[in-house]
Amino acid sequence: MKRLVILGAGTAGTMMANHLHHKLNRKEWAIDIVDERTEHHYQPGYLFLPFDIYQPEDIIKSIKDFIPSDVNLITKKIDHIVASDNYIQMAGGDQLHYDLLIIATGAKIAPEETEGMNGAEWQHTVFDFYTFEGALALRNKLRDWQGGHLVIHITEMPIKCPVAPLEFAFLADAYFKNKKMRDKVNITYVTPLSGAFTKPKCTIALDYLLKEKQIGIEIDFAIAEVNNENKTIVDYGGKVIPFDLLVTVPTNKGDELMARSGLGDDLNYVPTNKETLQSKDHSNIFVIGDATNVPASKAGSVAHFEADILTENILHFIKGEALSASFDGHANCFIETGNSKALLIDFNYTHEPVKGTFPFAGIGPLQLLKESRMNHWGKLAFRWIYWNVLLKGTPIPFVSANMSTAGKNFN
Amino acid sequence: MEKTIAQKMVQVNEEGYLTNFAEWNKEIGEEIAKENNIVLSPKHWEVINYIQNEFKNDVPLTIRKIGKSGVVDIKEFYALFPVGPLKTATKIAGIPKPASCI
Repeated sequence: MKRLVILGAGTAGTMMANHLHHKLNRKEWAIDIVDERTEHHYQPGYLFLPFDIYQPEDIIKSIKDFIPSDVNLITKKIDHIVASDNYIQMAGGDQLHYDLLIIATGAKIAPEETEGMNGAEWQHTVFDFYTFEGALALRNKLRDWQGGHLVIHITEMPIKCPVAPLEFAFLADAYFKNKKMRDKVNITYVTPLSGAFTKPKCTIALDYLLKEKQIGIEIDFAIAEVNNENKTIVDYGGKVIPFDLLVTVPTNKGDELMARSGLGDDLNYVPTNKETLQSKDHSNIFVIGDATNVPASKAGSVAHFEADILTENILHFIKGEALSASFDGHANCFIETGNSKALLIDFNYTHEPVKGTFPFAGIGPLQLLKESRMNHWGKLAFRWIYWNVLLKGTPIPFVSANMSTAGKNFN
Repeated sequence: MEKTIAQKMVQVNEEGYLTNFAEWNKEIGEEIAKENNIVLSPKHWEVINYIQNEFKNDVPLTIRKIGKSGVVDIKEFYALFPVGPLKTATKIAGIPKPASCI
């Protein structure tokens, strides 16, 4: 009996378990999935927690409810991977041998990478919303915050869901308007990039949003430190931005396990072939989702599209065939703009987001790169799709793994 | 769009970044540096070679990454390319400006 082991039972790992338990010959292959946690969080929901739009129970379910019964779920901590000898050293001393390994250990925030970020003001006036604890603490803070300078900040790229900080800014604008206190709040968006939007067509289509919502912007800001005493953020060029409430997206890193195993780059992401999703260093290791270093967005939709490609390539690998399925970097993301409207973008490694209709060319019903209420209902409906369709590996009708150019205006 | 830099016709985007790295050469790098009031020293070239290599390996560039490259630290990087160092250095190197998904 051969053994396929999946590390991580988040979005990507769970989808792979659901794909492969159908597709592998189960007389020959056993499947294990390892995760030290017991809860599966719908991470896109973290964006809505601070604004009391979602409650914790909306976004947390049990990992085991989504793992097929013929896949062995191991709820234990991993010490390290010994890739040269094809086994996993568990924290308790056990060893788990594998013939094929899928790394799906995701990415997480690392506030300790920036001087002063998790200092005295952490979760008092400095918050993240990329963790459940952070989003919940921020909700409690916002519930009785009296106003002042709200600074929304990205430390460095790449981050999970690169549009989430912008969505946070838009939702904050709507939230304070609804609370009749928008005039007491200054909102500033601080980015290390050269604009809130960096792709030419998005800049043209979306530049009005910040003006319309009176959100200030600071660009090219490479943070050197959070000063907890003065309540400022300072960049390497000497720029200083004061805050009363800092909502930051800290540096994102892959799992520490990769550093302990010698499998990661300097941010603990695993060097991965961007088309086949095979590890660059070990042919029997494949990598999916946020754990890879591929230049695609770190987003659930990317993991979903990758899962289709990776399933094919694992079947090819087992048969000794060439890895012919090729991932194109496809991502598909809803962007909340506040007041029950949202944008939808669809793009890949080589095509930037453009206007058009989705998924049916010329029909829609969803509009690309344009605010609409239908897109917002799409985003809210997506939570149901996530729990009931996506995690189970069921294809989303009419949406293919590689990007379609139909219905899009590239000129 | 097309632009002539250092007597060579190259493809650039609206912001003057080369869209095809294969068209880049050292003279083009020097010319773009001059437009940004920078005279390229051997240290500048070390940084440019580093970021071009990272680009060829599909590694997303960040200021921190350059600070950890062993080529320069972040302060030196700012000293070499004073205004928006990553933006300027990538432009001179003939590679795309670091971007988000939108």
